[in-house]
Amino acid sequence: MATKILMPALSPTMEEGTLAKWMVKEGDTVASGDIMAEIETDKATMEFEAVDEGVIGKILIEEGTEGVKVNTPIAVLLEEGEDASAAEDAASSAQDDRADEDSGDSEADSSDGDDSAEVSTKPAAQAAGDMPEIPMENIPEGTKFKKQTVREAIRDAMAEEMRRTEEVFLMGEEVGEYQGAYKISQGLLEEFGARRVIDTPITEHGFTGIAVGAAFAGLRPIVEFMTFNFAMQAIDQIINSAAKTLYMSGGQMGAPMVFRGPNGAAARVGAQHSQDYAAWYAQIPGLKVVMPYTAADYKGLMKSAIRDPNPVIFLENEILYGQSFDVPEMDDFTVPIGKAKIAREGDDVTIVSFGIGMKYALEAADALAEEGINAEVLDLRSLRPMDTDAIIKSVKKTNRCVTVEEGFPVASIGNYISSVLMQQAFDYLDAPVINCTGKDVPMPYAANLEKLALITTPEVIEAVKSVTYR
Amino acid sequence: MAAAKKSSKSNVSAEELMSHYREMLMIRRFEEKAGQLYGMGLIGGFCHLYIGQEAVVVGLEYAAKEGDQRVTSYRDHGHMLACGMDPKGVMAELTGREGGYSKGKGGSMHMFSAEKRFYGGHGIVGAQVPIGAGLAFANKYRGTDDVSFAYFGDGAANQGQVYETFNMASLWKLPCIFVIENNQYAMGTSLQRGSSTPELYTRGEAFGIPGEAVDGMDVLAVKEAGERALAHCRAGEGPYILEMKTYRYRGHSMSDPAKYRTREEVQKIKSEKDPIDHVRDLLVTGKHATEDELKAIDKEVKKIVSEAADFATESPEPALDELYTDIYA
Repeated sequence: MATKILMPALSPTMEEGTLAKWMVKEGDTVASGDIMAEIETDKATMEFEAVDEGVIGKILIEEGTEGVKVNTPIAVLLEEGEDASAAEDAASSAQDDRADEDSGDSEADSSDGDDSAEVSTKPAAQAAGDMPEIPMENIPEGTKFKKQTVREAIRDAMAEEMRRTEEVFLMGEEVGEYQGAYKISQGLLEEFGARRVIDTPITEHGFTGIAVGAAFAGLRPIVEFMTFNFAMQAIDQIINSAAKTLYMSGGQMGAPMVFRGPNGAAARVGAQHSQDYAAWYAQIPGLKVVMPYTAADYKGLMKSAIRDPNPVIFLENEILYGQSFDVPEMDDFTVPIGKAKIAREGDDVTIVSFGIGMKYALEAADALAEEGINAEVLDLRSLRPMDTDAIIKSVKKTNRCVTVEEGFPVASIGNYISSVLMQQAFDYLDAPVINCTGKDVPMPYAANLEKLALITTPEVIEAVKSVTYR
Repeated sequence: MAAAKKSSKSNVSAEELMSHYREMLMIRRFEEKAGQLYGMGLIGGFCHLYIGQEAVVVGLEYAAKEGDQRVTSYRDHGHMLACGMDPKGVMAELTGREGGYSKGKGGSMHMFSAEKRFYGGHGIVGAQVPIGAGLAFANKYRGTDDVSFAYFGDGAANQGQVYETFNMASLWKLPCIFVIENNQYAMGTSLQRGSSTPELYTRGEAFGIPGEAVDGMDVLAVKEAGERALAHCRAGEGPYILEMKTYRYRGHSMSDPAKYRTREEVQKIKSEKDPIDHVRDLLVTGKHATEDELKAIDKEVKKIVSEAADFATESPEPALDELYTDIYA
């Protein structure tokens, strides 16, 4: 029985990849473990091994093809004794599968029993699709824009600042020779050398403390956490040493540095790797906290964070890393820390969000517009200092507010915004503020439960309808 | 204190001995005064006195040069005085006054001096160790020949981050001297009750860091060990561990009744090993100083400490708007 070989998912958030190179040709016999192809994801080039033995009957996707969706049949494997006609049959059914994909069916085809072993379950967050774009402010007229991924924007920001001053260096796990666990630091080792792009052992507590000491001495470290989940090992150094020293020293010395890395849920990585720390760090005086959404804001805020004389927590998002947005082509594009941005204007309700939450906020606003509800969407971008003036100003116009974030509901960013509005804009509120958050549970692994635990666009729509009494 | 190295005591000048005597006495009298002010309610919170351990910082500071850095735990008054910080500013910080090094906002455990390259004063056990290595990292990054001293106690020597730091300091050959001030008690837990291997100077062996045990009650032995460690670091050979066998006479903090050890034990160390008596003996038996000269030093030190206490009680409390300053640069 001929078996279809499917494009594999090679990372938790991979949606598509490039079939860089075939290592086998039609007619070759392969055994389990043989390398069949090289597949390039947005993070790395990976070797793809055969699982079953057999003969390559037909190659369906030519090498060099970009944007091959996960689970697309890429070749047909024949069992011993089968002839080419079996390959043709399998190939034609593979074409049908691809048509299914194109028709928008995002579920993997598991109806064919023989294929089930090779079907990778799609990550829940993959349904994301393209991220909605939002307008930019304060860009000189005539500025050109280029499409850039969030990943490239962060890298460019770091590289520009490292070119600007020797005092800036990058430190973390796999930032150098590996080119970054999420490929954020790609190319930096080659340009700046091992003195300034420093691979550390897997010891967050220790290397964070070393970076804090270097910052006390006046250097400008950028500490990459492979994810912010691991920063909990180092949180004493971040809070007790980095955030408090300026105060405790009466202004004599502090920690001018950036702590950065992916934060929040990725996809199907379970409870210990899926947590949003926005509210945790936003609570600490002495820290600045930013959590951008667009690539332009990632770039501009990263440059501001590196120049800031205070410790800055820079919360990134793995799902956004591969998303493209317009980024202005300017010599020195920065975005000020502490300034929110109106991502979409409206009169009926204010939706306040930040980071990946903006995706749900903007999708909800689109859907609501079709029903005649014009939502104003505010992208906070910075959580400390928080631009509460911008929130209040918008709510004075709309009289209603819904907050959207991925983090846990208790003592959330939304809770704080609600209290600010209650104290400073009470007379302007026509409805209670609703906080849309992640559910009050550790992140489950099962795809359906994970989907349930995360904030969704329909929940935001529901909340808006509730505060607008629709 | 069996394995600890003794000093060779050769070629030590009268000036040097006098300097050690004066510096150690300054710390002792300062700490006695701090204890007194604590009893009067003028110093609050936690207050950890350095009495008994004076030879450690005085010997190492004598070996250090301008540009070297130091960072330590909450038992930090001695380190600040030994690196040349003004006793008035230190005492006024203890009393929480405007004239303190941190304008009264840090307190006994959290004091700093950018000018004297003293990087605190840390209240979290062990946290200063990677920070000390980070200072050394900056020295290496900038290509200077400065060395950082990271002081910590026998209790902190069991902290995980200490070993993460040993690994990276050795891997990257950071010019850092890890000074373990083994005063025998981690608060109330004796070394034997808290450490699987009591020879703390060997704790770097797994990381290829040389270490030696030093008689931390002998300022000359401390200074000589410091010189060896500094030479090692300045030669680019990476970090070095000095385990200073020392003893604290007072409780862990002012509120510690120290029931975990006998009066006899403390008395025996005081009468047989006191670091200040030791130098005084050397000065007198070597005929380097007369009793009158030593009394003059005693008097001068007492005066400085007394002025520091006056300053610390007269300096006003910080202005109320200081509450909201120095949070962001």
